[in-house]
Amino acid sequence: MIEFRNVRCTVPSGQVLLDGLTLKIEPGETLALLGRSGSGKTTTLKLINRLREPASGEVLVDGKPVRDWDVIKLRRSLGYVIQEAGLFPHFSIARNVALVPTLEGWDPARIVARVKEMLELVGLDPAQFADRFPDQLSGGQRQRVGVARALAADPPVLLMDEPFGALDPITRGEIQQEFVALRDRLQKTVIFVTHDIREALLLGGKIALLEAGHLIAHGTPDEIRASSDLAVKKFLQ
Amino acid sequence: MKTLHFFAEHRQEMLGLTGEHLLLVAIYTLIGAIAGIPLGVIAAHRPRFGKWILGFANVVQTIPSLALFGFLIPLPFIGGVGSRTALVALVLYALLPIVRNTATGITGVDPVMREAALGLGLTPRQMLWMVELPLARGIIFAGLRVATVVNVGVATIAAAVGAGGLGMYIFRGVSMVDNRLILAGAIPAALLALVLDFTLGQIESSLKNQRRSSFPLLSFFGVLCASVVIMLFPRSHVSTIVVGGKNFTEQLILGEILAQQIESHTALHVERRLNLAGSLIAHQALIAGEIDMYVEYVGTALQGVLKLPLITDPDAAAARVRSEYASRWGIEAGQSLGFENTFAVLVRGEDARRLHLGTITDAVSYTPKWTAGFGYEFMEREDGFPGLSRVYGLRFAAPPKVLDLTLTYRALAGKQVDLIAGNSTDGLIPALNLTQLADDRHYFPPYQAVTLVRGSTLAAHPEVRAALDALADKIAADEMRRMNAAVDLDHREPRDVAAQFLRASMRY
Repeated sequence: MIEFRNVRCTVPSGQVLLDGLTLKIEPGETLALLGRSGSGKTTTLKLINRLREPASGEVLVDGKPVRDWDVIKLRRSLGYVIQEAGLFPHFSIARNVALVPTLEGWDPARIVARVKEMLELVGLDPAQFADRFPDQLSGGQRQRVGVARALAADPPVLLMDEPFGALDPITRGEIQQEFVALRDRLQKTVIFVTHDIREALLLGGKIALLEAGHLIAHGTPDEIRASSDLAVKKFLQ
Repeated sequence: MKTLHFFAEHRQEMLGLTGEHLLLVAIYTLIGAIAGIPLGVIAAHRPRFGKWILGFANVVQTIPSLALFGFLIPLPFIGGVGSRTALVALVLYALLPIVRNTATGITGVDPVMREAALGLGLTPRQMLWMVELPLARGIIFAGLRVATVVNVGVATIAAAVGAGGLGMYIFRGVSMVDNRLILAGAIPAALLALVLDFTLGQIESSLKNQRRSSFPLLSFFGVLCASVVIMLFPRSHVSTIVVGGKNFTEQLILGEILAQQIESHTALHVERRLNLAGSLIAHQALIAGEIDMYVEYVGTALQGVLKLPLITDPDAAAARVRSEYASRWGIEAGQSLGFENTFAVLVRGEDARRLHLGTITDAVSYTPKWTAGFGYEFMEREDGFPGLSRVYGLRFAAPPKVLDLTLTYRALAGKQVDLIAGNSTDGLIPALNLTQLADDRHYFPPYQAVTLVRGSTLAAHPEVRAALDALADKIAADEMRRMNAAVDLDHREPRDVAAQFLRASMRY
């Protein structure tokens, strides 16, 4: 379980990125962090794996404040997918996927098997793709590898920062469908950032709507659609 | 054509020096990389500290290399003479391009890569080794390439402090005014720079391909390091005597004479460091044990090195030098080799014979009808013309003509002047048939040539003493002049001139 307790986050210049955020994410839930750019949605995500630190308030993972976690251990238990995948260009696809298991000191045979399993999971033929390099793949393929890499060490939580933002509309539609299937199969806690209302409604089990650093709505897609709040209605149009 | 002929004749030696040069550059650039890459990493990770590191490296780069050697010589531990100073200087020059490129390469890593790496849970160390260094390797290598090429040039200047390499030819060529020698050093150095630049450029462009593994490159450097270590180690086991010398013709010949004398009378291996830039450097090298011996002149030792007041009596001066060197540094000053290199008052040989001139005093009665010609330095120095005219009461028909020192010899021979002050061992004296007038009032400081040898060397190898003692009083002034002339005027090799001298004079 992940929990935000009255979290405020600022940058050194004093600008407030996020204020008074209180939010609970249940195990197995898929939460869409929805908002315009500058609304604080990416900040919210990065507070979980400590790429950002709160100015006040507390973020808890599994009931323990994140600042009490060993930061490396915390991050390795939270799969992380970013826009345009962030694959390492000097690593083959197999090595990219194998990264966290390698760091965790897995047995080499187990790593090979896991890489194969992960590539198959995201719909890439291991025989064809394992030895290629990121610059030989299309944007959609790279994004799938990014997901495979994040899932390789089997973390209970997956954090995704605009994972489909850089894809063309057709690829994006395809990969969103696959994501739904994957989500239902893996039963992981997934938190993803998006500015696309349709994507949030399609993929999110719950949606947290942020505006200028404040949480203005939190609920299931149906609850959000039915909201009578003016700001929410305005966003939905 | 003459140059090509020289190259063909010396190709073995040129190849050896080129190899030595390459080794010098390789070792020092490698050390520069070992120091510079971590500094570049620190500079990238701590920008505030990095500004200081880069500033320092920048300042070092603007110091001319000879000046840098000058700064380093008096410093303890890192300074001194020989390969150590060269090491520090070359490493310092290698530093800037390597540090700057490492820092640029690492700060230039795409922030997305950094975020992905952090988010996946890489530790800072894993980030450095798995992401930052591999992604920056092309730029880091470009820095190494620049450092290597720069150091091919700097290493030639390192010969001035006795580090060896192709600079030996260049310095010797400059001091002997022999273009063939300069080219024999400069052309291979330039070719070496071009070849290294091209080869490293090829490696660099292959590194731009991110897919290629760094492994071949790293193993290449590993092999390089290992071979350098292997090449450096066995040398310390051979019993070697290092003969030093200052960088002018006479010293080259004398150094060769010492070296060949030891080679032919002992079983020791002799190394030559005959291009040390001046007395100070030669002296530092001697007390540091970088060289075992060199030839010095009593007056220079007394006033220049020991900083003691002038002693005009030659025997008293030599005795003082002997006792001071022994007590201060445990260095033995041997007997005179038989000649002085001092100021020489010269007249035309025909005048000397006609007027029966043997000493300066003999000439005093004739000089009011003569014109004198002196170099700038001799006119200015208190121990030059002003004192000379006072001590001997010399008067001339007109104020002395002031001209370049080398031109005074020609002016005397061409009868434009009648008396000059030159160097007593100059090869032009016999070549132009000039006569030196004896300094009968001992106005000029005594400058007998003596061999300075480390006491510890003589204790370890008594046979060296025997070999050197055999040289005492063997080289007369006119012999030295003839040998200088053979090198300066006939362009013969100091090595051959020395060998010929030893063959001829050591038979007795």
